[in-house]
Amino acid sequence: MITLKEALTLPAEALKEIRDDLKKEIAAKKELGAYVEQLTNQPIGEYGEGIPIALKDNIQVKGWEVTSGSNILQGYVAPYNATVVDNMLRRGLAPFGRTNMDEFAMGSSTESSFYGKTLNPHNPMCVPGGSSGGSAAAVAAGIAIAALGSDTGGSIRQPAAFCGCVGLKPTYGKVSRYGLGAYSSSLDQIGPITQNVEDAAILYDIIAGHEPKDSTSAAMAHESVADKLNPDRKMTIAVIENYLNEASSEVREKMLEGIKALQSAGHTIVYRNFINSKYDIATYYVIATAEASANLSRYDGVRYGNRHNSDSLKEMFIQSRSLGFGEEVKRRILLGTFVLSSGYYDAYYIKAQRARHFIKAQYEAIFQEADLIFMPVTPTAAFEFGSKADPLEMYLSDIYTISLNLAGLPGISVPLGKNQEGLPIGGQLIGQAYGEQALLDGALSLERALGL
Amino acid sequence: MEFEVVIGLEVHAQLNTKTKIFCSCPTSFGDEPNTNVCEVCLGLPGALPVLNKEAVKKAIALGTAINATINRKSIFNRKNYFYPDLPKGYQISQFEIPIVEAGEIYIDFEDGTKKRIGVTRAHLEEDAGKNIHHGNVSHVDLNRAGTPLLEIVSEPDMRSSEEAVLYLKKLHAILRYLDISDANMQEGSFRCDANVSIRPKGDTKLYTRAEIKNLNSFKFIQRAIDYEVERQSAAWEDGVYEQEVVQETRLFDIDKNETRSMRSKEDSAEYRYFPDPDLLPVLIPEDMLAECIQIPELPDEKRDRFVTEYGIKAYDANVITASVETARFFETMIEHGASPKNSVTWLSVELQGRLGNGVTIMTSPVDAATLALLVKRIEDATISGKAAKEVLDYLMQNRVGVDEAIETLGLRQMSDEGALVAIIDAIIAANGDKVAEYKAGKEKLFAFFVGQAMKESKGTANPSKVNELLKARLH
Repeated sequence: MITLKEALTLPAEALKEIRDDLKKEIAAKKELGAYVEQLTNQPIGEYGEGIPIALKDNIQVKGWEVTSGSNILQGYVAPYNATVVDNMLRRGLAPFGRTNMDEFAMGSSTESSFYGKTLNPHNPMCVPGGSSGGSAAAVAAGIAIAALGSDTGGSIRQPAAFCGCVGLKPTYGKVSRYGLGAYSSSLDQIGPITQNVEDAAILYDIIAGHEPKDSTSAAMAHESVADKLNPDRKMTIAVIENYLNEASSEVREKMLEGIKALQSAGHTIVYRNFINSKYDIATYYVIATAEASANLSRYDGVRYGNRHNSDSLKEMFIQSRSLGFGEEVKRRILLGTFVLSSGYYDAYYIKAQRARHFIKAQYEAIFQEADLIFMPVTPTAAFEFGSKADPLEMYLSDIYTISLNLAGLPGISVPLGKNQEGLPIGGQLIGQAYGEQALLDGALSLERALGL
Repeated sequence: MEFEVVIGLEVHAQLNTKTKIFCSCPTSFGDEPNTNVCEVCLGLPGALPVLNKEAVKKAIALGTAINATINRKSIFNRKNYFYPDLPKGYQISQFEIPIVEAGEIYIDFEDGTKKRIGVTRAHLEEDAGKNIHHGNVSHVDLNRAGTPLLEIVSEPDMRSSEEAVLYLKKLHAILRYLDISDANMQEGSFRCDANVSIRPKGDTKLYTRAEIKNLNSFKFIQRAIDYEVERQSAAWEDGVYEQEVVQETRLFDIDKNETRSMRSKEDSAEYRYFPDPDLLPVLIPEDMLAECIQIPELPDEKRDRFVTEYGIKAYDANVITASVETARFFETMIEHGASPKNSVTWLSVELQGRLGNGVTIMTSPVDAATLALLVKRIEDATISGKAAKEVLDYLMQNRVGVDEAIETLGLRQMSDEGALVAIIDAIIAANGDKVAEYKAGKEKLFAFFVGQAMKESKGTANPSKVNELLKARLH
């Protein structure tokens, strides 16, 4: 597959050819289930004629059915474009296909999608990760030049790691959430999933920038990073030692290779420790579910999407939501409703906010001494379908990715190589707030040093 | 037993911003359903709110007017509940830190005394849409959803339904003077809920309160509170207070003139307030505060000024300043040269007496300049006060100028001595017997001659001139 950088140089006729080829390939690889259209036997969604970019099914494209992988949004047609879509269109890129995802971005395997499974292109027995599993699988399988995903607790970085792609979660506020079906407003961030670091930088530049319609959008002009990428910049990189030690041996092995590569590229490695990641998990699942419980209240059957008709209003609400949402979504709504209830609010929600400040401070302390942080993306390589039936076990697959969202920092997942079964393993670089330039410089340096 | 009534009021005032509080849809009233809506106020996936600064400015103006604390940092929360007219399933409102806190409003009694009513808080929030029921089918109109509201909560400081109404009227006047709300009760831009409880006189603790909703006129508010006080007192006297008076929401039934239980506290909603992560804290910068605390003259100030500056009676000043429109009308009359005293009479008695049936001071066919000219025509003796009433009647029906109306009606006072003398001489000639009686001492008959002269002149004779001429002729 040609890269985004290459595609940007192509004339319109060539792009048309690429689109036709992509459509053929997408049809041929139907069983992968990376695109919703592959799972529903529909023609691939197109909007405009620019460079085709796959979009996660929670990013609004005017005139498209956009459903966040949920039954409750079946038939809903978005009447407006997300800010990232308008930004893409302005730069000659165009939405091309909706990628599969965990319902409302709640999950780490894309197994909770209403549309069914997406396979890991490296092993059909394994999950592609999630929640942006479709985006990562499409890029990894060569049926997308690049894709957009969203990352609330690792939903870009983890599937990118499982599928062997590059996945960037920008600083909170750098890319507008306007038009992103919300899961957890204070954590959600849209970002690119690409074939390489340079494409990630290019796509990030295109989608980033201030959006006045989004109060949480950073009020600063975007400074492009792709044209200033510098892999030769020497930095101090902090490795989180306790994470390295507790990871599975296959992950530790690849991480050590990554560290070696970074050292060989001239970076200085220092070792630091983080508090036990169980606190991240607890904090994340209180805040994310609290916000989600309110964010998903709009799906009530009244105005759009799936309604279960009933004689009583209350019954209509109950049935529409009970039948419209999947198990994991309902679990998180219940959890979030509980932590916000009077009598529990202080013990859970307020405490989680304090923990969040503490986690942020922990990062800030390390950034006093280091330019970047390096840690695993996931504890293991991609796992098999159905292997994490216990939701708590599934939540633990995000232990290394969620603290970043809590701190609002940018992070990138870079392929470090493959395990013995041929499954990709990724490493995660983390930058300071609005430090995407240094982050991408480091990521490019790592990518080149590994020479994969 | 003698009871004391304890009333606290919550007012929802729609702010008259051009656009909604979190999106740029217009805030107009009475449009085709669901036409002033967008992805934000419809609660579509992915849409985000942006605070309308104008709503913040108007809230600051109110805070300034009621001597309140303006919180330089306030927070928007989500208030969670399901209802078809609430598109997001939560209302964006303010909870822990409202923009306005700890204010006061003074109410004036007819005897000239005042009372301070505390205002606990005023916070910004978005209005919901409207459910419209047609038999078995219900429709939702979301034009109103997202209209900025200021919820103004009083302390439980009112002790009678009269005080409650005085408070509401004063608050209403303040909102109108500041021009921050249309405050139209019929259109729902000024809505009131009343919390009512009773206690034995002398007791200081607060007893169980009932919250009465659906109060859309001052008259109904008074009636609803009176009914509720009566219900609670009767329950106490009958020894069933505990059973009958529970903390609950009651609806006022206008037709039956009673309040009815709507929902009790047991099934009252758990709102799960938490800070809205889509919005930043509201920070009011110094320059914005400085700009917003510059507010227009308020009803009390204007009233006091009218008394000292124009020498009108305190009672009249109160009546005229009770509404900003009347006060402005009065001031315009003065600007056009009418005397304050006559302006009071002609505005608050004559003009007001001719309004009604949907015609208000704002839609009056006779504007302030016209009424001022009419007053001036009395003052310069062009017409009599009596004739002026006829002219005003005519002006209410016909869009013409004052002078044209006077001419058309032929009501210009006859001050020309020659014409009057001719009329008087004719009367004297035709009533020789009465002239004789008068001259013989029956002085009462003087009024008869005046009446005849006025009749002959079709009321246009200047009465004092007639008197003067008659006296000279009859002696």
